Amino acid sequence: MPMLEVNDIHTYYGNIHALKGISLHVDEGEIVSLIGANGAGKTTTLRTIAGLLTPRQGEITLNGEDLIKYPAHDLVYKGIAMVPEGRGVFARLSVMENLEMGAFSRSDKGEIDANIQMVFELFPRMEERQKQVAGTLSGGEQQMLATGRALMAVPKLLLMDEPSMGLAPILVEGIFDTIEKINKEGVTILLVEQNALMALSIADRGYVLQTGEIVLHDKGEELKKNEMVQKAYLGME
Amino acid sequence: MNIKKTYRDAWNTGWTAGIVALSISALGLAELFAKRNIVSGVITMGQVMVFIVPIVMAYNFTKNLSMEQRKTGPLFGAVIGATTAIPLVLLIIASTLFNIRDIFVNVSPSLIELLTFGQENAYLGGLLLLVSMALLSYLSAYTHQLPEKIKRSLFTGLITILLVGMFSEILTERIRSIFGAIFGSSVGSAIVRFLFKSKAIQSIPAIVVFAIATYVGYRKIPKTEEEKNKSKRAFIVDGKVQWKTVIPLAVLLLILPLLLGTYLSEVTNNVGIYILMGLGLNIVVGFAGLLDLGYVAFFAIGAYTMAVLTSTGPLGLFGMSFWLALPICVIVAALAGVMLGIPVLRMRGDYLAIVTLGFGEIISRLAISDMLKPYVGGAQGILQIPKPSIGSLVFTKPEVLYYVVLAGVLLALFVSWRLRDSRLGRQWMAMREDEDVAEAMGINLMKTKILAFSIGAAFSGLAGAIFASKLTSIFPHSFNVLISINVLSLIIVGGIGSLPGVIVGAAVLIGLPELLREFAEYRLLMYGLLLIVMMLAKPEGFVPSEVHKRELHATDEDFVAEAGD
Repeated sequence: MPMLEVNDIHTYYGNIHALKGISLHVDEGEIVSLIGANGAGKTTTLRTIAGLLTPRQGEITLNGEDLIKYPAHDLVYKGIAMVPEGRGVFARLSVMENLEMGAFSRSDKGEIDANIQMVFELFPRMEERQKQVAGTLSGGEQQMLATGRALMAVPKLLLMDEPSMGLAPILVEGIFDTIEKINKEGVTILLVEQNALMALSIADRGYVLQTGEIVLHDKGEELKKNEMVQKAYLGME
Repeated sequence: MNIKKTYRDAWNTGWTAGIVALSISALGLAELFAKRNIVSGVITMGQVMVFIVPIVMAYNFTKNLSMEQRKTGPLFGAVIGATTAIPLVLLIIASTLFNIRDIFVNVSPSLIELLTFGQENAYLGGLLLLVSMALLSYLSAYTHQLPEKIKRSLFTGLITILLVGMFSEILTERIRSIFGAIFGSSVGSAIVRFLFKSKAIQSIPAIVVFAIATYVGYRKIPKTEEEKNKSKRAFIVDGKVQWKTVIPLAVLLLILPLLLGTYLSEVTNNVGIYILMGLGLNIVVGFAGLLDLGYVAFFAIGAYTMAVLTSTGPLGLFGMSFWLALPICVIVAALAGVMLGIPVLRMRGDYLAIVTLGFGEIISRLAISDMLKPYVGGAQGILQIPKPSIGSLVFTKPEVLYYVVLAGVLLALFVSWRLRDSRLGRQWMAMREDEDVAEAMGINLMKTKILAFSIGAAFSGLAGAIFASKLTSIFPHSFNVLISINVLSLIIVGGIGSLPGVIVGAAVLIGLPELLREFAEYRLLMYGLLLIVMMLAKPEGFVPSEVHKRELHATDEDFVAEAGD
């Protein structure tokens, strides 16, 4: 049984039919990438899974348990954490305070401290800057912080929305390396990306979205070789 | 930046200052305040108001100059001062040529007299004004050349003189009564006669007071960073209560009404009621980031609940005692907060502000409506509300009521302070920063919002209940939207999210106007000016909260460096 199963979901913004029956699944331990152009519905899909949007139709299950009935704020207790688009760090709080907020759903002080150490190992830069105000971090550092903060909830499934957005190419590689590292620690990852090449390189499987529908689904490597994907998303002729 | 450009900037700044000074004069502010002497026979508050403009402008202008241009700073100051005087000189000359009052009603002979220092000859008077403005601005700019410590202690002295002079009428009365009570009335009168004359401080005592204040200021200014930290009076350091600060403050708060007398106690009580409301709104706006423009509604609900429960008049239902009714008022207001909270859960920002504004209006319309007239008295309000009492002691005098207000404020301060650092406080903070992220972290937004609204409302309900009992009668007109705006303004001026800020904000926006009665007509104008100036000069408020300070100065070099260590 897959860990996360999304079955034929339809999400609307008012009257706009944004997701027209998306079905996908994520198995435990995988990295799955959702790629597609602007407005294809990638972020909408992720926000629907995270409970921030409610689908009018369809079902979402985590290890067989219905997720739609839970409000967004309960999902973290089910083991789902999200790194939002645009990172969404608490700009006025320090790095440390941001990380502590990430552990809001947990109460064991000792374990939280151990997790902070783990995040610092993953992102040594965060340890150096732990007292700095998050708003003054660079874009790449904010991405590290947002990712570290999500990990503070000790998720089983991590939803990541455009981690490479607005970052210099050299940083992008670092971010994707980290995603693989996090995955090796046993966190399942569902990734939304515009940077299709990178996203498919690290993904076990990928889905291609187009105007609210899934048009392709295959192994990451296979998708990279797919002619249509190459043309539309990888910029190859 | 070359010198020539700086001179041009100074010239432009001078014109801005000139237009401000002209407006102050032509609006009638200067003349109105000329009635209030600062130093008897020497300076009036009207003069201060006009002259302060170029002085402050020159000070600020030279503060931002580069190191090499600092040396010529005072000259730029003089340019600003002289330029400021130009529009005023033109006004003086114009007043001799034709009847300028056809255009500016407030340009009276006494205003011209104020500007020309009483000179008959307009040209000579104008010249005098120009020279004195240039000279004072020169001096103001020159202070940047002085060592920091001397500069600051001089300002302490000047501000002390200004305050003593401004409030000399009240001080006269207080000194007479306090010293009179201790040493006998003749001693009290003698001291007053020495210090004050015709509602202003005398010249020689003024110099003495200035010298003392400057010296004390000089001694008090911390030398090193370490001392600076030390001088920050904290009540609790490392979890230990600092009795050395707490006890004197507690004693002072307890005997305050004795020192203040009836009139000032009354002013203090009004300030206290606004502090209570400010603390409540601070939870909603400052902690939780929900802009509530209808906050007066809860104040009204608290007041009307108190009135209905305790009034001995025809509208009173139960004739309860103040103390029994008080918790009920708080609970009713908190429930009203929940009522407002539920429908606005999905709203953010501007939409929330508009809906809450509507809610405030609905409550004040209901209070005045015919529909509820049999219960709350419509426009006639509710009368015969008893004052608080314990046994046979009735809290009639402001000096006694003070303790009720004080208890309320202390309670609200304590609750706010504990909430800020609690789990709920962190939930509010996360929600204020980013609702989606907060939700994804496991924060129940619905619960968090409703708690903010209801706790904020409870404080306001408490304020309303005390207010009703203090006035003994309430009318719907007392609960208009201006109260919401006042409370919001005071937390902005004090510093959003900051608890000491609420106290300072209430003192400045509510207390000060009470003490400057001439001010009454210009109150809203002053609010507007103060808010604009605050937003430009000190957007984080007088006593900013830690988090806010960081946000607004995140780009300051030294701040980033400090944070980056």
